[in-house]
Amino acid sequence: MSLELKTVQTHYAPVRYIEGGSGAPLVFLHGAGGAAANDPFLTKLAEKYHVYAPLLPGYGDSEECGEIRDMLDFTLHTWDVVEALGLRNPILVGHSMGGMIAAEMAAIAPHDVTRLGLICPAGLWLDDHPIPDLFATMPFEMPKLLFHDVEAGTQLLTAGLTLSDPKFLQTYLVNNARQLGMAGKILFPIPERGLSQRLYRIKAKTILVWGDSDRLIPPVYAHGFKKGIAGSELVSIPEAGHMVTLEKTDQVIQALGRLG
Amino acid sequence: MKFTWFNLMPWPYLPDDFREKNRSVWVDIDQKLFDPVKSHEVYNTYLDLLEYAAEIGFDAIGCNEHHQNGYGIMPSPNIIAAALSRRTKDVGLVVLGNSIALYNPPVRVAEEFAMLDCISGGRLIAGFPVGTSMDTNFCYGQIPALTREKYQEAHDLIIKAWTTREPFAFNGRYNKLRHVNIWPRPIQQPHPPIHIPGGGSVETYDFCIDNTYSYSYLSFSGYIRAKALMDGYWKRVAERGAPDASPYRAGFAQTICVADTDAEAEKLYKEHVDYFYNRCLHVYPGFADAPGYRTIKTIQTGALSQYAPPVGGYSTLTWKDLTEQGHVIAGSPETVRQRLEELAKTLNVGNLFCLMHVGNMPKEKCMYSTKLFAEKVMPKLRNVFPEYKDDDRFWCHPISQVKAGNLPSEKKALEIVGAAR
Repeated sequence: MSLELKTVQTHYAPVRYIEGGSGAPLVFLHGAGGAAANDPFLTKLAEKYHVYAPLLPGYGDSEECGEIRDMLDFTLHTWDVVEALGLRNPILVGHSMGGMIAAEMAAIAPHDVTRLGLICPAGLWLDDHPIPDLFATMPFEMPKLLFHDVEAGTQLLTAGLTLSDPKFLQTYLVNNARQLGMAGKILFPIPERGLSQRLYRIKAKTILVWGDSDRLIPPVYAHGFKKGIAGSELVSIPEAGHMVTLEKTDQVIQALGRLG
Repeated sequence: MKFTWFNLMPWPYLPDDFREKNRSVWVDIDQKLFDPVKSHEVYNTYLDLLEYAAEIGFDAIGCNEHHQNGYGIMPSPNIIAAALSRRTKDVGLVVLGNSIALYNPPVRVAEEFAMLDCISGGRLIAGFPVGTSMDTNFCYGQIPALTREKYQEAHDLIIKAWTTREPFAFNGRYNKLRHVNIWPRPIQQPHPPIHIPGGGSVETYDFCIDNTYSYSYLSFSGYIRAKALMDGYWKRVAERGAPDASPYRAGFAQTICVADTDAEAEKLYKEHVDYFYNRCLHVYPGFADAPGYRTIKTIQTGALSQYAPPVGGYSTLTWKDLTEQGHVIAGSPETVRQRLEELAKTLNVGNLFCLMHVGNMPKEKCMYSTKLFAEKVMPKLRNVFPEYKDDDRFWCHPISQVKAGNLPSEKKALEIVGAAR
């Protein structure tokens, strides 16, 4: 199933989104690392759903947007995207930072979301289990935070990269500044913006998916979401880290299937 | 030229194996390495040295702001400047500066700087840094991509608070204040001169040019490496249509060590220079530049954090490398004079921030180097820019000074009270 990169206009910025597949419409919100049209998880997801994966402004080749600054801006902007795509009540799925945004969307407009998939979402904070500082993490340290199989993860992240080439390095730094700069507005310095006091508003049937060896947002965080969202179900996946979507693609898609 | 004696206030007791055992001198530096009892002497010695520099003829003495940092134990520069303002007379006080995005609300800066200007009798030169990413983002939690917008708003608020003569409302994005009416306000009019530390952002160049602020490049890698950056600044000054290219539109920080001869300089200062470059600048690269802190435009011009060490790290640089490449200007008074003249002329810099206390340098050596500089180097460099000798736009304008401690004798006081009652 091949996916296409398209553009849709919203109030604040033209938004790039990845679209493809057929089936029930599903909006997927990416994590702080972004998403690409050749993403193996999205490709697999598109075998079952009509997938729309909008990029946050600044991600990939999309335009930046200075007007989006805080959590409410992110939440309403993403609703603007759903509206601009002409979708009503799509299955809403988010990974990591995308999960945080999806949960906020479902909390702010509880009657507009009936099926919600949160894959190791950000948004809560436990003093006894501090989440590593993503913004102070060097690229070579990332794989051990993101993957259960660190060696395979390293290969996945660094395939085709030539960090010794200064031109490549500059492009890398620009992308990093654009993407993580945007993500930092809701994740820096602590990825928590008051979601815990809004979770009670969520009415959607909610599936939580977590990799057992997630070292970025450890599985203990699943309990806060499970407790906060009435009737939510947790699917724990063994031998998978934060990038559970890449490490156990089929199992994640199977878990989302429970949303109906 | 204007000479400012600057002390970063490094902690002088970092252990020999600091690099091996610690990941960073900044942000998450080991609490156990700081000894509050020892710091009593360290602080007082550093203040004494600043006062000494004032006594022997430097134009200004300077302090700055860093947080959670082993080479700068000055989280509050205004406390240092307040201490200095009482114990000195006539010398300029360069506070480089207050990281204005970190003060909540920023009228606090307008107030404290006004107090410093009033107590010192108009000797304040005010610095408004954005702050390094270590300080601003990692220690003080400001969101990197919003830091500059917040900084800009803080600047606008402070200037308005300094220059408006009636209460006003300030409806900012980051500051909502219904009644701004700072009391006291500064002596210097319309406000104290402003220096902006920058690291190569084009936006900062323009900000300085448009507001007639001095652009200060506070580098530790010396004047030779600074050429490209300062050329970029002067090019922008011309492009932007500034009325002149006065060297006082720019400042530069340079590590300087003076001795009788070049050989003696190496013998006396090498270990302290080593201490600074190898221990004090040991910053974990993950803290150097939070994504979003630098603008895209700046990254594209290739201006990377100066805290990213040179390839191979500083530890591979010998004394010869450090002095020849200009990281450090060291040697006899004549050697230092020649190299500083080259610095002034190649960079077109009129405000020199002299880093004369280096790493764990003991006070005696620091006094020796400072005295040689004041007597044998400074006088010969005063008139490097004769055509701009009257340019006082970027310097303080003190009023007639009241001496601290001018109470009458108790006897005299009693007489006066006696006559009045």
